[in-house]
Amino acid sequence: MIFIRRLPQFDYVAPRTLWEASSVLAERKSEAVLMAGGTDLLPKMKKREATPRYLVSLKNVPGLAYIKEDKGALKIGPMATIHDVESSPVIAGKYAILRDTSLVFASAQIRNLATVTGNLCNAAPSADMASPLIALGATLSLSGPQGGRTIPLEKFFTGPFTNSLGEGELVAEIQAPQPQPHTGGVYIKHSIRNAMDHAIVGVAVVLTLDGSDVCKDVRIALGACAPTPVRAAEAEKALKGNKLTKAAIDKAAKAAVSAAQPRSDPEYKREMVQVLTARALNQAWQIAR
Amino acid sequence: MKQTITLTVNGDEFQLAVDPRRTLLEVLREELHLTGAKKNCNEGECGACTVIMDGKAVSSCLVLAVQARGKKIETIEGLARNGKLHPLQEAFVKHGGLQCGFCTPGMIMSAKALLDKNPRPTEDEIKTAIAGNLCRCTGYVKILESIKAVVDGKG
Ligand SMILES: Cc1cc2nc3c(=O)[nH]c(=O)nc-3n(C[C@H](O)[C@H](O)[C@H](O)COP(=O)(O)OP(=O)(O)OC[C@H]3O[C@@H](n4cnc5c(N)ncnc54)[C@H](O)[C@@H]3O)c2cc1C
Ligand code: FES
Ligand code: FES
Repeated sequence: MIFIRRLPQFDYVAPRTLWEASSVLAERKSEAVLMAGGTDLLPKMKKREATPRYLVSLKNVPGLAYIKEDKGALKIGPMATIHDVESSPVIAGKYAILRDTSLVFASAQIRNLATVTGNLCNAAPSADMASPLIALGATLSLSGPQGGRTIPLEKFFTGPFTNSLGEGELVAEIQAPQPQPHTGGVYIKHSIRNAMDHAIVGVAVVLTLDGSDVCKDVRIALGACAPTPVRAAEAEKALKGNKLTKAAIDKAAKAAVSAAQPRSDPEYKREMVQVLTARALNQAWQIAR
Repeated sequence: MKQTITLTVNGDEFQLAVDPRRTLLEVLREELHLTGAKKNCNEGECGACTVIMDGKAVSSCLVLAVQARGKKIETIEGLARNGKLHPLQEAFVKHGGLQCGFCTPGMIMSAKALLDKNPRPTEDEIKTAIAGNLCRCTGYVKILESIKAVVDGKG
């Protein structure tokens, strides 16, 4: 039995810059936790799964809620919410896969609070924003006391609910390259009900055609079927450079199963990976044409 | 340590000294005695605590009161004006959009947040807007009818 109680005691720290936030994290080490929207963190604290001495909120750092396109890349600030993704004109065009994802994410009340960055940093294997962003080829700009570095999103996750942030490090920006022409992106979230449920399996596909029906490039990422969101490299290999046909897609979908190492319900999840990968590829093909 | 914050709730400004660990929901209910927003799951799942913050529906059980500093909060108590119910409230009464009433304040605030932005939503848009509000009594049909009545001007 888990009890949801009132929040435990903590000191509320509201720095004015990201640099200041990362200094507090570096100084207070495991005693301090960063908070964006709080939709993962506050329930954990109410269950006493997290009891930080210092809660470092990004709310008072100005200018972090942006979504923009700059130098041929999409840039998402650390405080941009799922609702911001849902309503962003930048996203609605070339990055529509992220808009589609925002629409199957939690509820309106949560989307208005939850950030994209918090979703990635929480590192749930089922995190809905993770696989579409991996499929888009996203990278993260990290900043910390030792300076900045950039890491591909698919290398960011180290296990269920763990990531590769070092002490005092935080995510300063999410970036994704602009998709090439003739690209289609699809995210399919398989869950019990429509709203509010975590994905049982999530499949994201970003597919680029060469102008005809030949697959010029494809990235496939799976959620909730391994300790971290993963890329289905074998499936990508099976398609890249080849003409898209129903048979080619079915073959790739079968190959996607090898990337899945489900922690629960393995047979069912493997089967769903195959079914949903084929479905997502077919849909992405239609969009890309 | 308590922090002093200003909240605008239903048009009235309040200066409050709050412990940072108090949620907006707790402060509304326990300090301001606005008990319309309900504390139910307390973890974002049910929508009973929904209020509107700067024009957006949020689960007030997942907002720290100190983070609502300077924001405009609307709760169910602010809807009726001079003894006259808001059209959504009228419609819920007229069309049987409630039974026990526990989910109703949250349900109406979610619907209001939608209609404030989009006065003529489709049925799907209404369903999406209230997808995070659980009701154990009505089966949702009458709730949907109530909101549609307002949209169609038949409140
Ligand atoms: C009712 C409900 C429904 C939900 N439904 C879904 C769903 O459908 N799909 C889904 O994927 N998730 C869902 N979630 C989970 C949660 O809402 C998301 O993971 C959300 O995106 C987390 O973002 P946040 O801003 O609230 O994170 P927070 O709780 O503020 O933070 C989460 C973690 O990320 C860290 N963090 C935040 N920002 C940074 C940063 N800039 N740098 C470094 N670390 C950082 C924090 O320290 C913390 O460990 C749901 C949660 C609830 C309560
Ligand atoms: S009490 Fe806040 S969502 Fe249930
Ligand atoms: S009317 Fe009873 S929970 Fe909705």
